[in-house]
Amino acid sequence: MREFGHLLRRDFAIMWHRRGQAVQPMLFALMVCVLFPLSQGSEPSALAASASAVIWVAHLLASLLVLDDLYRSDFEDGSLEQLLLSPIPLPLVIASKIAVHWFSTALPMLLITPLLSALLFLPDGLLPVLILGLFLGSLLMCLIGAIMAALTLGVSRSGLLLALLALPMYVPVLVFGAGSVWAASQGLPWLGGIWLLCAGLVLLLVIAPLAAASALRIALN
Amino acid sequence: MNKILLWFNQTGSPERFDRFAARWATPAFVVALSFMLIGIYGALLVVPADYKQGEVFRILYIHVPAAWMSLMIFVIMAIQSAIALIWRIKLCELIAIASAPIGAMFTAITLISGAVWGKPTWGTWWTWDPRLTSELVLLFLYLAVIGLYHAIEDRRAAGRAAGFLCLVGVVNVPIVHFAVTWWNTLHQGETIRLIGPSKMDHSMLWPLLLMVVATKLWYIGSVLVRTRALNLEHESSKHWAQQRYGAQP
Repeated sequence: MREFGHLLRRDFAIMWHRRGQAVQPMLFALMVCVLFPLSQGSEPSALAASASAVIWVAHLLASLLVLDDLYRSDFEDGSLEQLLLSPIPLPLVIASKIAVHWFSTALPMLLITPLLSALLFLPDGLLPVLILGLFLGSLLMCLIGAIMAALTLGVSRSGLLLALLALPMYVPVLVFGAGSVWAASQGLPWLGGIWLLCAGLVLLLVIAPLAAASALRIALN
Repeated sequence: MNKILLWFNQTGSPERFDRFAARWATPAFVVALSFMLIGIYGALLVVPADYKQGEVFRILYIHVPAAWMSLMIFVIMAIQSAIALIWRIKLCELIAIASAPIGAMFTAITLISGAVWGKPTWGTWWTWDPRLTSELVLLFLYLAVIGLYHAIEDRRAAGRAAGFLCLVGVVNVPIVHFAVTWWNTLHQGETIRLIGPSKMDHSMLWPLLLMVVATKLWYIGSVLVRTRALNLEHESSKHWAQQRYGAQP
């Protein structure tokens, strides 16, 4: 556990050093949400109907774009291989990276979600449901993405391929997360989807670092 | 060691597999093709038209076997990848990779024939129905496996990474299926059951059974040919391959 603390501190230090980058996914999500009224027309009622869906997709796309950074810089300067050889269990190393990745990319996006929902006229009362779903969903997407990013680490220009790999895996997260907001907007019980996301999160918190570790060993031989 | 186990171990060696595949691919194709011809003849000309859907229901004889194959092949790929990752049998890895394009093709056939069938009966080419959506996601998974395999330079690492993706993907398939089942559905339920009485009349059933067997055999023939090609590609520097195919060392 002490090693895990050290790892976390190291990853956080690196993240803090590049804190400017955290703005990028935030800006990207904001731009997607700005493009939408421009293309659909600015009728508030029409925007409100699709607001939660657009915000979900914006989050999903933004998290896809930054997914490759999860291991890339450590891979390129060779420190990932050193960590691979070190006595610290690899899943722990990955768990620390995922945690820091979530803090540096998903959390900023979550913080501007109220702004996005105001831009798109999200109906009153849906924001807590949306944020709750996005909170669980972003954690899930980071965990799933960690497996996929590990698999494509050996490929030099992996952006599009990574998207192709990760998107089918994101489908259940999107269906349950966006589905719960939709259910809430119809006045139906919406907790079902949230509980399923929680169940998935518990499962993946255990499995994803292990799976990502074996994927990483495959990618780096 | 018992005989079946011994046979599996021996056929698992690249050299023996090459001979095995060369011998059995053609018979599998021949039987598959003849079954398919009889099946399609029966489906188009012999079987009576459906009382509700009329002649258009005959596309079922393509659609249903292809849909079954699309699911079965992914499961086979996952099993082969698991064997390859656990026991490090290279051939299983190759079988998994070789299956991917075949499975993708069957999935595409399912989607296209379903769209053609949907237009006259549902009045639309496409609907966001759970079954259709999960089949589409399955196609994406197949394409992801193929894409990953071709993107990685080192053939050995590529095979292992793609195999790992098969395992992750097969976990995802039922999840996607149940996730999208929450939506309303237009697709009809199961008609044919392995256990218990089928809801299909016997006079309509036999071409379907022929087609089911034919698609399985077609897959076997196809996977043998493809795996053999991959296998030779990997083993081209080995003594046995050069000797058998007369390449100059």
